[in-house]
This record gives sequence, structure tokens and C-alpha cells, in this order.
Amino acid sequence: MATSETICGQPMDRVDGHLKVTGRATYAADVRLDKLAYAALVLSTVSSGRIKHIDSAPAEKSAGVLAVITHHNAARLHSQEQEKRPGVDPEVGEPLSPLQDAVIRYHGQPVATVISETFVQATYAASLVHVVYEDSSGINDFNAAAAKAKPPTPVKGGKPGKSADYQRGDSAAALAKADVRVDAKYSIAAEHHNPMELHATVASWDGARLTLYDKTQWVDNVQEQVALAFRLDKENVRVISPFVGGAFGAALRVWPHVLIAALAARHVKRPVKLVLTRSQNFTIPGYRPKYLQNVSLAATREGTLTAIEHEGIGQTSIYEEYTESLLDTTRQLYACPNVKTHYRLAAMNVNTPASMRGPGEVSGVFALESALDELAVALKVDPVELRLRNFAKEDPEYNLPWSSNSLQACYRQAAQRIGWDQRTPAPRSMSDGNQLIGYGMATATWPAKRLPASVRVQLKQDGSASIETAGSDIGPGTYTALTQIAADALGLAASQVTVVLGDTNLPTAPVQGGSMTIASIGSAVHEAATAMRNKVIKLAQEDPQSPLHRAVASDIEVKAGRLSLHKAPHTGESYAQLLQRHRQETLELTHSSKPGDETKKYAMRSFGAHFVEVRVDRDLGNVRVARVVSAFAAGRIINPKTAHSQAIGGIVGGIGMALLEHTRWDSRNGRIVNSNLADYHVPVHADIHPIEAFFIEETDMYSNPIGTKGLAELSIVGVAAAIANAVYHATGKRLRDLPITLESLL
Amino acid sequence: MQQFSYSRAPDIAAALQQSKDHGESKYLGGGTTLLDCMKLHVETPAHLVDVNHLANRIEVKSTTIRIGAAVRNSDLAYHEVIRTKFPVLSEALLAGATPQIRNMATVAGNLLQRTRCTYFRDTTWPCNKREPDSGCSAIDGFNRSHAILGTSDKCIATHPSDMCVALIALDAVIEAEGPRGKRQIPMRDFHVAYGEDPIKESVLEAGELITAVEIPELPFYARSHYLKVRDRASFEFALVSVAAALQIEGDRITGARLALGGVGTKPWRATEAEQALVGRHPDENAFVEAAGVALRDARPQRDNGFKIELAKRSICRALGVVARMK
Ligand SMILES: Cc1cc2nc3c(=O)[nH]c(=O)nc-3n(C[C@H](O)[C@H](O)[C@H](O)COP(=O)(O)OP(=O)(O)OC[C@H]3O[C@@H](n4cnc5c(N)ncnc54)[C@H](O)[C@@H]3O)c2cc1C
Ligand code: SF4
Repeated sequence: MATSETICGQPMDRVDGHLKVTGRATYAADVRLDKLAYAALVLSTVSSGRIKHIDSAPAEKSAGVLAVITHHNAARLHSQEQEKRPGVDPEVGEPLSPLQDAVIRYHGQPVATVISETFVQATYAASLVHVVYEDSSGINDFNAAAAKAKPPTPVKGGKPGKSADYQRGDSAAALAKADVRVDAKYSIAAEHHNPMELHATVASWDGARLTLYDKTQWVDNVQEQVALAFRLDKENVRVISPFVGGAFGAALRVWPHVLIAALAARHVKRPVKLVLTRSQNFTIPGYRPKYLQNVSLAATREGTLTAIEHEGIGQTSIYEEYTESLLDTTRQLYACPNVKTHYRLAAMNVNTPASMRGPGEVSGVFALESALDELAVALKVDPVELRLRNFAKEDPEYNLPWSSNSLQACYRQAAQRIGWDQRTPAPRSMSDGNQLIGYGMATATWPAKRLPASVRVQLKQDGSASIETAGSDIGPGTYTALTQIAADALGLAASQVTVVLGDTNLPTAPVQGGSMTIASIGSAVHEAATAMRNKVIKLAQEDPQSPLHRAVASDIEVKAGRLSLHKAPHTGESYAQLLQRHRQETLELTHSSKPGDETKKYAMRSFGAHFVEVRVDRDLGNVRVARVVSAFAAGRIINPKTAHSQAIGGIVGGIGMALLEHTRWDSRNGRIVNSNLADYHVPVHADIHPIEAFFIEETDMYSNPIGTKGLAELSIVGVAAAIANAVYHATGKRLRDLPITLESLL
Repeated sequence: MQQFSYSRAPDIAAALQQSKDHGESKYLGGGTTLLDCMKLHVETPAHLVDVNHLANRIEVKSTTIRIGAAVRNSDLAYHEVIRTKFPVLSEALLAGATPQIRNMATVAGNLLQRTRCTYFRDTTWPCNKREPDSGCSAIDGFNRSHAILGTSDKCIATHPSDMCVALIALDAVIEAEGPRGKRQIPMRDFHVAYGEDPIKESVLEAGELITAVEIPELPFYARSHYLKVRDRASFEFALVSVAAALQIEGDRITGARLALGGVGTKPWRATEAEQALVGRHPDENAFVEAAGVALRDARPQRDNGFKIELAKRSICRALGVVARMK
């Protein structure tokens, strides 16, 4: 726990904040190299068929153009081997290998790239590339695709949520004899991540060696995939990505433009920069898929859940089967003996969806937690009470005890802070002038996972330390949190620790996704730094010149870079003194850390509860989220300030999902019609009113050595359901389709 | 972006001359519409005549206020006289775009801003407004934001401006100067409904330059209000907007101004609804009736039928606010 002695638990400012606000943090698109050329993409304007003819002559003649690359002249790329497929890629299907054939799989697929001396010349010349298609009618309508939805192709070791149907008990029988049941259908629009920073790659070849400056959440995977595609030794590919301007999952995979940048640079024998336009950010990377969901709940008159059936039909592409953990929460959140879940896929001529903050769970929980609210209404039970009655004391899917679970405290404390007891339960019973007032709540949860990670620690003669790992910081404050963890373990001030990230030359690290970074890399930093500290202590113990010669290790503490005895603080010396005497420039060690068998003994999840107050204009239908109060129990909080920022950011994302965000394909040809930030709406400042996010004190004894659980994704899960439930309370209208728009409330 | 040349005109005469000298030229105001459209290849002028520094004064006269064509939207919105005597105009301007855009956008540019129809702004689609007789992609497409008044089977795009809705309510007059001399065009006659002629958009002739906008000052314009309804609280065009002013003497309405945005293929003045209000008590019944009159000819498309009811309710809300103003 945070004591005044530890740096963990302090609301430390971001160590990279100054660099960012002064524009000195280098993002991929900021990189300038000698003789840099610029690439622009040409995208398909049909969703299905073949390229019959490409006329690139006018583009080639345009000012400044160095080359036009199409499937006719592109170098061959090698396709991914099934066994080496990274966890961020779908398990079934083939990733799009760009500019390799004439086949059109979706509208907005790259069909050519133009490389020019300047960015403006490249984009203009790209508009001159003329492509003739043999257009075959694609599957452009989700409802039509959903009507023909199929189960995902089974994969070896496929998790039930992702690929297989799941059943425990007999839900059909329980539903048939239920006292009360709810059957409802929910739909969710597709959403694009739209991080502020556009996707960008700068590629530079030096003989057979390739350097990529890329926007990515996982440099090691970019290295691996690019090496495979170009048949290079991994060592010959270096990927650098020290700063990422938001990603939310959009930069987990290696998208086609990364390969195109490398192809282009090789073709013109110069470094090439490729920055996608905002519109291209809609069809090169993925997005949160559209869903239709059916939920049936059965309960006793007293409000004990007796059955849950949950079916989800998710959008995918025709070339990959994208699945996500849509139904996991349904199997794990409530103590219910009879549960059945089904996942179906609706394949369309679209680019493949991708993980977006809270992937799967955020969509599934919208349906589940809306249905719970409907059940509470049907039972005339308070929605909080209904959830408390069905609280799962252990994980009902794997029958394992929770490593920690403070969900009940989340419900109670958030309810108290928002003044839940002031709420009059009847719908449409609260108002203020033209505003109908509603209160709603929903549960948040996210699995707490950890992946192997490696870290190098260097202790320097001046007593400072550096921590190096290939991991990313896409904005949550990873640099800062790792600094805090290392400083505590080494007994240094935070200012004496430097963290270096985002480079494949550094020790290998997992993807920054799934809210696993602190659990994975943070644990590795903790262990590595502790090992370093012990190494130095040993050096002192064995050194006759040290005041700590022959001292017992457990009697020695390190504070502010000085080793001393607990009981006799004057007896000791500093790291610097010790290293100088030993004429050691640096002490260095690399440590690999991985989870143990705790995952077999415990079920691990973060939990939370969102409570919201909405105000709905009774005539005009506008919904305003006037207040959000959210409690999170996510294990130990390393930095309450950056954690709080994560939490409110996730809640804002949830408000966008509930009320605004909606990617629209024109079903006539599969083209997205709102691929810009004027027509694709994310919340603006004026949409955001007070948000109170707070943490329940919790240290998880089992999750990992530092007792954390993931937070980033947790914070968005459940927000949309809480808002929809509040809208019901305000208006008496149950809205089951996201986003909720004013016309549905007129 | 296609290559273009650029010149800056020292005065109005030079602007007209430069425009004449370059065949396919356009005047450049703040560029917030024009440069956007050029980047999208929706507009491809060969030459730009920069008129940003011409006519950027606001003159308060005895019975009118005269606004130079290059006055920035923010300067106009925050002008003391506009805020107090023409609140509907100030509110309309501030409801538009973002502070950064308003700091660049000029009055003339705002009058001539292009529609936000997504099919117009994306050259891969057929669009009668971009390419005559190529067809309208919006009629069978996604048309939630499109118009319900003044549409035709040629074009159903919405005129996007907020400022223009206030200006038409206030009977503003546009001053223009062209090869054939100076003229004054009442705001009502200035825009051509897209439905009538998707290409034309306004009665301005080639090379004609807007120099000013003049608004008569009527005392009851101080009792006016702009209501804008949209999905998010800022940085979005109107789904429906209402500019309203009422002259109330005793317990009767003796004068009314009502115009609608977000629903018409041009800034939409609801004259008959105004007439229906005059002589009535300023109450909900009168407002509901007037709203019915205003929307009588509305024609819904696939996705925007809700706008009819929304517009009616918005009219009632706006009139109610104005009626209660002191
Ligand atoms: C992201 C975004 C959001 C927006 N939101 C809104 C909104 O909510 N509400 C709203 O009303 N508007 C909105 N706008 C539009 C904005 O108001 C207009 O872009 C702006 O008013 C145009 O003014 P400008 O000076 O920049 O025009 P320019 O782009 O310079 O010019 C526009 C047109 O006017 C012509 N022109 C300019 N000056 C003259 C002149 N003196 N004589 C003759 N022709 C001339 C140009 O040739 C061009 O055709 C938004 C714009 C953007 C980019
Ligand atoms: S509504 Fe008008 S602007 Fe839009 S596509 Fe049709 S013709 Fe073009």
C-alpha cells in the first residue's frame, strides 16, 4: 500500500509530460531523415471484385513523383505462418497482404501507393491513379450478413468465449419455468478508435537492414511480422516507437500500411514516410465491430438469477474471422447455475475489425447489464440490490476463488456518492424544468492478466538508474508508473530513474493491450530492480572496505540511493560510493519475468460500478450525461493521478459509445460515409460534465508481485449500459440500440 | 490538392480585376470552407484572390448596422451592438463551428459556405451539385442530416450555415460589386434553393464580390434568440435550428421573425408562420399552430423524418424563450 515512504501510490506528474506539451516527444510522423520521400495511398472504390486495369501513367508523370507501386510491380511479400501468428491477429483467416493481387476484399483497401518528393505531390498524384474494377456485388449490409451468420471455425485450444459454444446447467429448462423472464435484443454500432495521432510509418533501408519508426502498441511484433513478410532475419529489423499519441487498440496489429511503407522505401531506395489520412484511418486499421445480441434472463420472484442465455452476432471481414471476449462476462459475473452463450459471425466485405478499448466485454456488458436493469424493473427490485443478490462469491465458470473482488464495495460506495437513495424508482418521476432526470447504474469488469516481459536495469556510478524494455507507452503513463516501481525497488528518488521504451533493441516486452502492461512489465521492473538492489547489497556485504561488510542482508535498507542498516542508519554508504570504489561504470542485469501457477488457482478480474445521472430534454430528446460516479477496484494503484486520468478517459469513451459514435457504411457499395471527425462524432468538452472516478483500496495478493490489476479497459466497460438504464429511468423508454440518438426519444 | 496561383488584392477594384484576369478564380476569405474543399478535390480553382484584408469594419449607423464582408465571425459575434441589439445573430455565430474556425471565418465566406452533404464532399460519389446530372447519391443513401424543405429529386442537401438563418430572419441585405457595378441583394433573394438548382447556390454572378452585409435595426430584434439542436453540444452542424424574434405589445404579438436552419436547402424563412403569429397571444397554442404552418410543406427522406417533429418542437421552444424575454 501507499505509505509516505513509497513512491508508488503517489500522484506523480508524468515524467514525459514536459516533452509532450512542448512538442519535443517524437512521434512516428515527426521523424525526419535525410532524403526522405513521401508515400500516399490509393484505396479501392468498390467493396468486392477485381482490379481490371490500373493506369498509373498520369501519376508517374506528375511533378515530383518517384514511383507508383501496384500489385503489378510490388515486391512479393511472404504470408504469415499459422504457428507464428501473434495473439493480436485473428486465429482464422489470412491477414491482408497489401498490393499482392488484384482481388478487392473491401471498399477502402489499398490498391496502389505513390511515392513523391513531397507529401502534397504524393497526395495529388495519388488522385490521378485511375483504377478500373470488375465489380462483383459484395456483402455490404450487416443485417443481411447477420441473417446468414455462422459459428466461428473451431481452432485448437479455442477459448469458449471466442470460438466455441458454452453451456453450464440447463438454461432452456430454467427459462421455461422461470417466475420472471426478460428476453431482449440489443444492437451496437461499429466504432472507430480515432486516436488523435494518425497512423504513420517511416521506413528506411540500409542494405538488408530495415529500420521502422512506427505508431504501434507492440514493437516486437512489428519486427517479427515485417521480418517474416520480407524474409529477413529478425535482427535486421529494428522498430522504434518511443511515443504513441493514443491507440485504444488501433495499433495492436501490423496493418498493411506498415508493410507498404517498407515496400515503398525499398522500391525507391530512399527512406519513405507514410502517414495515413484521417479517412484512411477508417479502412486500414480496424474498428470495434457491429453487434446484434439476444439476451434471455430467468429469475425467481425474489430476484435470484436462474438462467442466462446470451447470443452475439458480430461483424467480421470475408478474409479473417475476428472474434473477441464478448460473452466472457456473462459466464463469470453472476452466480447463475444455468448459462448458455453463443457466438456467431456475420462476414461482410469490410476491413477486419480489431480490439478497441474493452474489446468484447464492453459490447457484451452493454447487453447483459441492460437486461439486468430490465429484470430489476420487472421484479420491482432496486437494480443495485439485484446485483448484490446475485454476486458471484467465486468465479462460476471455472469454480475458482477470486484473487480479490471488491465489487460489492464498488456498488455501495458509488451508490452512496451519487445519492442513489434520493432516486425515486418510477420511470419519468424526476424532472427539472424541461429536463427529465434519470439515474442508472451498471457493473464494470475486466480480466486481470499478465504476460512474460524482460527488463534491463543499469545502475550507474553517479547513483542513477535506467530501466529499459521494448514495451510501449500509448498514453496511460507507463513511463511514469515504471519509474515509480523502479525507484521504490532500488531505493532511489524518482528523478534518479530513467525509463527507456519502444525499441526492439531493448529487452523483449509484450503488447501494450488488454490492460496488462503494469501487471506484466511493472512486475518485471519490480523483480529486476529488486535483483539489482540485492546484487549491490551483496557487493557491499562482501567488500571489506564497505561499512556494511558482513552485515545481514535483511538488516540493510536502501533509501535515496544509500545503503544502511535499519537500526544504525549512520552505518552505510551510497550506491555511488560503492560503484566508484569498485571502479564499476555501471552494474547491469537483465531479468525475465512471467506468471506462475496462480492463474490456475485463482480467477482474476478487476471490478467496478458506474452510476450516472442523465438529463433528457423532454421535447427535443437531447441526452446529457450530467454526472458520472464510478468506483473501481483494480488492485494496487501505482499512480493515482495517471490512473484517474485513465478512468475518466474510459468513461468519456463510454459516453461516446452510448450517445455518439457510429461508423456508417453505405450499404449500396460498402463505403464508409462518415470517415472524418466532423461526421464521426466523439464527445467534445461541452458534452462532458462532472465525472467522479475513485478507487477502492485493494491489494491483490495473488495477481502478480506488485498486486495490481488492469484498469484502462475496465473504466469503459458498463458505461453505455449505465447511461441507457438512466435514460430509461428518466423517460420510461427502453433503448436497446447504440448509439442512443435524440430521434429515438422524440 | 491541385496546384493553383494566388494573389492578394490591395482594394476592391483590384480584386475584381484579378478575378477577371484569371479565368477559374475564387475569392479567398478565411479559407475554412474553400481550402477544405480543395484538399478534397471538390473545388479545383486555378487561382485564388485573397480578399481577407478588404472591408473588415463594422459600422453602426442610425438605422442600420453595416458589416464588412471580411469581418471575422468571432469579431461579429462579440461586437457589443450585435450582442445587445441582435442577440439572435451573436448566438447563431457562436453556435457554429469552433473558436478557431470562427476566428478565421469571414462573413462573406460564411454566406457562401458549401453544403456538408457527405456525398458532395467525397468525389467518388455521383452528385448533381458537383457534376451536373450525375445523379444524387443522398436520396437513396444515408440522409439523416439532409433537408426536408426546398428539396427536389435533384438535390436534398441542407444549407449548413447558422449565421445565414439569423441574417434572413433579420432581413439583412447583401452588398456586392461586380463587373457590372454595385448592387444590393435582400437576403431572401440571395440564396438559390439547392433543390431548384444544385449548381447555382446564390444569385451572385461570376466574379462578383461581396463587400458588406447591412441589417436594419428594429427595436424588437433585441428580443430574439437562436436555438440549435444537434447530437453533441458543440462542433456540429444543426439537425434543426431556429432563429426567432417577437414584437409583443400589450398581450399581443405585433411582429414576428422566424427562420429555420438544418432543414432547408437554403436558409429558410418561415414567412407564413410569422403571419400566423401576428395578432395572437404569445402562448403555446399560437406557437404550435405557427410551427405546423412552417413545416406544412416538409418532405421527409429515409432517415430524416424525425426532423419534422423536431423542428416543430424547436420552433415552440424558441418562441417560448423569446416570449418570456424582458
Ligand atoms: C469543422 C468545421 C465546422 C463547422 N461548423 C459550422 C457550424 O456549425 N455552423 C456553421 O454555420 N458553419 C460551420 N462551419 C463553416 C464555417 O462557418 C465556414 O467554413 C466559414 O464561415 C466560411 O468562411 P471563410 O471566410 O473561411 O470562407 P472561405 O472558405 O474563404 O470561402 C467560402 C466561399 O466563399 C467565397 N468567398 C469568400 N469571400 C468572398 C467575397 N468577399 N465575395 C464573394 N465570395 C467570397 C469563396 O470563394 C468560397 O467559395 C464549419 C466549418 C468547419 C471547417
Ligand atoms: S443531396 Fe445534393 S449535394 Fe448531396 S449528393 Fe445529392 S445532389 Fe449532391
